[in-house]
Amino acid sequence: MGFLDINNATKSYGTVKVLHETNISVEEGEFLVLVGPSGCGKSTLLNMIAGLEEVTSGDIAIKGRSMNGVRPAERNIAMVFQSYALYPNMNVGQNIVFGLEMHGTPKPEREKAMNEVADLLQIKHLLDRKPGQLSGGQRQRVAMGRALVRDPDVFLFDEPLSNLDAKLRVDMRTEIKKLHQKLKTTIVYVTHDQIEALTLSTRIAVMFGGHVQQLGTPKEIYDNPANMFVAGFMGSPSMNLFPARIAVENGRAVAMAGLADGTEATLPFPEGKGFEAHDGREIVLGLRPEAITDRDGADRNSRSVQIVEAHVEVTEPAGSDTFVVTQLGGKEVTGRFRADVDVHAGQSFPFAINMDKAVAFDPETELRIS
Amino acid sequence: MSSNATATVVRTGAGTRFVIYTLLTLFCLYYLLPLYVMVVNSLKPLSEIQAGGMMSLPDQWTVAPWKSAWSTAQIGVEATGLKPFFWNSIVMVVPAVAISTVLGALNGYVLTKWRFRGDTVLFGLLLFGCFIPFQMVLIPMARMLGLAGLAGTVPGLVFVHLVYGIGFSTLYFRNYYQQFPTELVRAAMIDGAGFFTIFRRIMLPSSGPIAVVCVIWQFTNIWNDFLFGASFSDFDSQPMTVALNNLVQSSTGVKEYNVHFAGAIMAALPTLLVYIVAGRYFVRGLMAGSVKG
Repeated sequence: MGFLDINNATKSYGTVKVLHETNISVEEGEFLVLVGPSGCGKSTLLNMIAGLEEVTSGDIAIKGRSMNGVRPAERNIAMVFQSYALYPNMNVGQNIVFGLEMHGTPKPEREKAMNEVADLLQIKHLLDRKPGQLSGGQRQRVAMGRALVRDPDVFLFDEPLSNLDAKLRVDMRTEIKKLHQKLKTTIVYVTHDQIEALTLSTRIAVMFGGHVQQLGTPKEIYDNPANMFVAGFMGSPSMNLFPARIAVENGRAVAMAGLADGTEATLPFPEGKGFEAHDGREIVLGLRPEAITDRDGADRNSRSVQIVEAHVEVTEPAGSDTFVVTQLGGKEVTGRFRADVDVHAGQSFPFAINMDKAVAFDPETELRIS
Repeated sequence: MSSNATATVVRTGAGTRFVIYTLLTLFCLYYLLPLYVMVVNSLKPLSEIQAGGMMSLPDQWTVAPWKSAWSTAQIGVEATGLKPFFWNSIVMVVPAVAISTVLGALNGYVLTKWRFRGDTVLFGLLLFGCFIPFQMVLIPMARMLGLAGLAGTVPGLVFVHLVYGIGFSTLYFRNYYQQFPTELVRAAMIDGAGFFTIFRRIMLPSSGPIAVVCVIWQFTNIWNDFLFGASFSDFDSQPMTVALNNLVQSSTGVKEYNVHFAGAIMAALPTLLVYIVAGRYFVRGLMAGSVKG
């Protein structure tokens, strides 16, 4: 049993089931990120943990105590909202201690807690201002301060960075991560940004269509996606998914994928993955852009790098890397090359494909084949 | 606000502007003419009015008509002036406005932030209540007041206006609170605030503009109401409007026009005052929600 347990929790509005049976167990001090496209049920699940939405069936427990029917105020949680939800009529200080005041904390203790949090978040100079006079980043800090001051069991974050501009978002991301490392609190964090999910979390639940598609550490999710949705959703640029066929050559499994010139590339799987059993099977092969690169950029520790001559369709220099687009299995695939590789559109170029990182999916069920 | 205002101004030439201002001034004079007539004639002795020249300034300025209208004029059977009825109106208007505004705010809060099954239907019915003509409810209301023992009393009038006022005040506050971010209410719930605490500490402090609109609207309507006042009051609970009518109607001998004018101005003064004090919030409140600030 974990610190926060979600047991078979579901949510329906009338006949529409927006969240199907969900089971997640969060340990104390974990940073769980719920990630998925809009409408996937992630915010609903967060609101259910907060007590803002009722659980239709199943149960959510914090520290072993079932939270069904317990009011949000009595769950010992704190939440940071997307819009920050700072009370416009109160100044920053009053905003921060409002929760303590409602819980009957005496004034001297409130002041002390407020000052500690203000120091931690470096917002001491803002305490007398109204939320309307703050910038986006400052509001964000105040909203976090309001959550921190309560010293809750679980912190809930509902897309807290999505209203910030790109640079500030990256800064605040680091700050949230630092804060978590320092305070070792339990956090459930909702976002649709997969980079945020990968950078912040200790574990990720990828959600889609009201189902948890995969629950795992960022590395598991990134390297071993459970299905094609997770593979396509996590990572930027997203994983290349293209049709291929498994064949067995000299007792070793290979993936055959069509090239632009009509020939087929032979991509040997590393040994010991058991693909030999699937001889002749049509699959969808998944390769991250960094597994398709130039010869010298290829991973030296890999056991099965295959060099394939392929036609370069487009190059997209992005400063640190150059993205190179070619065709595999009739689909455009993107490779991540080192920035200074001399590669041009229209030429044929040797691509180094790292099959160690390849994953295969069933085209029908979209599930991972292993 | 100001930058917005300048952005919408259309630049025009001096000639066009001259024509516009001349026209506007003429309209303005035309609209203010009745007020001018009332003020001027209320400050004249009666003989000057009877001699004709309604538009001319008084030869002999006097406040006697005002004094008479306020404290000595014959109203109905007694010569009390309008003074007691002015207080009747105040005693009726203040609680009716205050209670209907607070209840409207509470209704709006519930209808937007504590939604329940059938809330739209309920709101529709409340709205429907706004548009029932006054005349239709006279007899049922008289019966109700009689049963409640409130017939012919100021509390009875307060009740009638309250019932009619809640529809409008709910409409105002509901539309205003619909724009109010629900996340704030949720944040307050998590912070541990209850139903009334959220209302008092979070919603009400942000309701200034719409409360002003509501108060002006209710005050003007209730103060100016004649029908309910005439129907449901006794002589000692009559509001100002009814008393003014009695003042004008019940003169036994000569028609004291100067006193009537003074009385009419007195009856209009409180609403005028409310507009002058809170008028700028009125427009702001009406606009609130319709335009993103």
